[in-house]
Amino acid sequence: MAKTGKIVGSIAKISGPLVIADGMSGAGMYEVVRVGNLGLVGEIIELKGSMASIQVYEETSGLKPGEPVESSGAPLSVELGPGLIEQFYDGVQRPLNLIEQAANSPYISRGINVPALDRSKKWDFVPLVEEGAQVSEGDLLGEVQETVLVRHLILVPHGVKGSVKSISKGSFNVEETVAVIQDGEKEVFVAMMQRWPVRSPRPVRQRLAPNVPLPTGQRVVDTFFPLSRGGAACVPGPFGSGKTVIQHQLAKWADAEIVVYVGCGERGNEMTDVLLEFPELVDPRSGEPLMKRTVLIANTSNMPVAAREASIYTAVTIAEYYRDMGYSVALMADSTSRWAEALREISGRLEEMPGEEGYPAYLGTRLASFYERAGRAICLGSEGREGSITSIGAVSPPGGDLSEPVSQNSLRVTKVFWGLDANLAYQRHFPAINWLLSYSLYAEKLGEYWDNIYDGEWSVLRTEAMSILEEEDRLREIVRLVGIDALSRQERMVLETAKSLREDFLHQNAYHEVDTYASMDKQFKMLRNIIHFHHLCQNALERGATIQEINALPVRDLIARMRYEDEKELKRIDELLPVMKEEVDRLLSEGGMGDVA
Amino acid sequence: MLPKEYRTISDLSGPLLVVENTENVRYDELVEIELANGERRRGRVLEITRENALVQVFEGTSGIDLDTTKVVFMGKVLMLPVSKDILGRIFNGRGEPIDGGAPIIPDKTLDVNGYPMNPYSRDYPSEFIQTGISTIDGMNPMVRGQKLPIFSGSGLPHNRIAAQVARQSTVLGGHEDFAVVFAAMGITFEEAYFFMEDFRKTGAIERTVMFVNLADDPAIERITTPRLALTCAEYLAFERDYQVLVILTDLTNYCEALREISSARKEVPGRRGYPGYLYTDLATMYERAGRLKGKKGSITQFPILTMPEDDKTHPIPDLTGYITEGQIILSRTLHRKGIFPPVDVMPSLSRLKDKGIGAGKTREDHADLMNQLFAAYARGKEAKELATILGEGALSEEDKAFALFSDRFEDLYVRQGEYENRPIEETLELGWDLLTIIPVRELKRVRDAYIEKYLLPRSGAEKEKQAKGA
Repeated sequence: MAKTGKIVGSIAKISGPLVIADGMSGAGMYEVVRVGNLGLVGEIIELKGSMASIQVYEETSGLKPGEPVESSGAPLSVELGPGLIEQFYDGVQRPLNLIEQAANSPYISRGINVPALDRSKKWDFVPLVEEGAQVSEGDLLGEVQETVLVRHLILVPHGVKGSVKSISKGSFNVEETVAVIQDGEKEVFVAMMQRWPVRSPRPVRQRLAPNVPLPTGQRVVDTFFPLSRGGAACVPGPFGSGKTVIQHQLAKWADAEIVVYVGCGERGNEMTDVLLEFPELVDPRSGEPLMKRTVLIANTSNMPVAAREASIYTAVTIAEYYRDMGYSVALMADSTSRWAEALREISGRLEEMPGEEGYPAYLGTRLASFYERAGRAICLGSEGREGSITSIGAVSPPGGDLSEPVSQNSLRVTKVFWGLDANLAYQRHFPAINWLLSYSLYAEKLGEYWDNIYDGEWSVLRTEAMSILEEEDRLREIVRLVGIDALSRQERMVLETAKSLREDFLHQNAYHEVDTYASMDKQFKMLRNIIHFHHLCQNALERGATIQEINALPVRDLIARMRYEDEKELKRIDELLPVMKEEVDRLLSEGGMGDVA
Repeated sequence: MLPKEYRTISDLSGPLLVVENTENVRYDELVEIELANGERRRGRVLEITRENALVQVFEGTSGIDLDTTKVVFMGKVLMLPVSKDILGRIFNGRGEPIDGGAPIIPDKTLDVNGYPMNPYSRDYPSEFIQTGISTIDGMNPMVRGQKLPIFSGSGLPHNRIAAQVARQSTVLGGHEDFAVVFAAMGITFEEAYFFMEDFRKTGAIERTVMFVNLADDPAIERITTPRLALTCAEYLAFERDYQVLVILTDLTNYCEALREISSARKEVPGRRGYPGYLYTDLATMYERAGRLKGKKGSITQFPILTMPEDDKTHPIPDLTGYITEGQIILSRTLHRKGIFPPVDVMPSLSRLKDKGIGAGKTREDHADLMNQLFAAYARGKEAKELATILGEGALSEEDKAFALFSDRFEDLYVRQGEYENRPIEETLELGWDLLTIIPVRELKRVRDAYIEKYLLPRSGAEKEKQAKGA
């Protein structure tokens, strides 16, 4: 598909972010073009004869018909190589700090052309193969220590196979040749940087089933609606229900080696928050700042709409690049609804026939192909590295109504659904994930995984806890109709335990230094204690104890405070088991005291 | 070279006109239209092709004809002249002074559309603003650089609350200059007059800039009014170091004007006939709030919108809620009970509160206390609902305590005078006073240390009182 010569057309029509140019015959679909005298970046999204419809990634005001449009001959691509980590990009991979320098202003001005990867920075390249070695695509060539946390592998580019003619150790910038590969007749010069078109997925050798958990430290997620490595989840919820806090929590605590966070059409202050907070936050596993393994992409709501559409693809391509090195990558997209709206806006300007609620008919396919780029896979290369991308997309349904197209299309392709509930948020129950509404299709598979670790107890506890919560819903309905007196003592106990599950287990304070993260061990022990106490009490009730007596047991306060136990002090949670038994036994031995307690 | 005059208007519909055979016209350019009777109007280019330009007329198209009206393209976008003298002045929705004063001698002229702030250059809002209203300061604290709208309904006293906020806002321990920029979009003369009088009475007018588009002014002008105000705010905040509070009222009228243009352009409508780009359009205004690294000033937005039928899921409040950093929701029920300000604490939210409160900012116990008050109020309301169905007798002792708490909370904490400026300390103390109603073991959202420090001295005293009474 090589192009000969540049195609130069001219602007025929301008309507917001959409520019129509003529004289563009020969240009390809999704090719990048420079628009107008300012050289604004755009992408061809429709071709009709010699007329090309172009979505422009920058503000178009001031353009006029007749100005030139120049093709670049290449589709929209990202630069991949050392230097991605710790960067903060806009939707078309321009580093926002360099934009600030180039514009010399805190506002984003137009026509700024800055490279995505720093060309002046030298990286220490260490070869991992000898000269003369036979290599093919995806094989290791060498490595670069990108940050203290990330060992960046330099791989043989796609479509290249042959013997290593020369390879050099030393300091290079991303464009300098580090190795030469003799591929048949031709020599391939390999630099550390490569380009990849964002709209095509990077290939893998073999895709794997997602049956390994991705612990996140969030109790409601890990215990009830778990996420698997390589899985896809969506988080729909009305505004104010805590979508963004959940995304931030997962970015901070999920057990992934690389985090790609894309703020797509969201608030500027939120991105600034991430930017300021991540370098300060300490990664619980390595003790280093989280930023050392994070790539941020921000196209805030007031930045150009077309670049918002591209930002999701930029992010997933970067995620795939690190997956190919064998990393487990978590991709957070906040929010896919804004991305869909960008799609709708462009589609409207193209005067396409609208589908549901004005969204284009291809919304579902586009969403599906985005989520399908997640997954666990054996990467290319003879090494058989295993990498994964776990995608978590926030959805902002208008009015919190899940029947709208973006939510529905997301639910069709994601396997985990964390439904956020405004009522829980009003009661300041966070994370406001509704336990009756949400689901995870990975729960069963991952349950087997945890059962192996916790001697088969895990699934039993989880199932019982779930049924208590469901029972609570039914009982509360009865209470609402006929009053609490209609319930038996056992049923009253179910209500008490459900309350304990809700307040002492599911509720988790993201801003509390200890409570913000709970290891699987801690989660297991907490849940075990709550359920164990439930059994003790049910037993005691059968033998004549009253609810009031049980409510007055001091151990209940200790149960409520389990969440604040430090990860290093988990044995203190174990120590509650004998205390519970002792207190309940004492209650029974003092039996018949009735309401004296 | 004189700009070319066109007499080639070919199409008129709603606020839009099409000019034919145009040359060298830029997208988004400012347009001047001269009617046969000499009247001048302005507009902007919405769409251009090689041959013609689609122009949106700010003042509307009535009286424009196809033959005699002249159109001139000005070669620039809509600009606002600014200087420090702009403080204390009143302008119309086109940026022309209407207070009888002299025109502004510009220090600069600025593009009213502004440019998007680079998120990298932003500074995170973290300084607490004391508004003196307990439901805001205590429960939904506002910080400098935040955008926090009031979701109101027709007939609710949102204007009085906005005026109170404008009057009382201060940064704790700060001596910076405060300024208020006020944009009225399609509100009645009476409402605008209320603000003007209030600002005049308190002397606030000296540090206020007003942009007023009244209900009988052209609807299309409402699109530019808030942009003029925000451009002015950006100038004051980032070039003159003011702490600017921008009050925008009423966003609902703005959105209706946007819908009018969209339907005149025959665009594919989104929900309820509003254009699909309503979110993006609102974002380009709301996102102009904030702080910048290395600048002293800040822009805090306090937009007001009236929810049609008090419906929070209507596209205007819904999309606003997705962009702004929280919302203050007013409740008709509280208003009927005669409680001012009728802030519905439960669904109200300030997203930036966590960074603005705590030790060194307000007080260490603020966050825990706030969460506890929310939880207790929610539980109390639930208990009261139960009581209405089953009678008081069905409540447990605990539920009774919570029900009592929620009544007292509304009566003492939510209710306050229109001219009562409660310092944050007083608001916090009031919160602890109210928590004494509830058994200590039910207070799960507060750290033990705070219970000991703030609550026990009180409940101890309470018990002593009771003991003595007995």
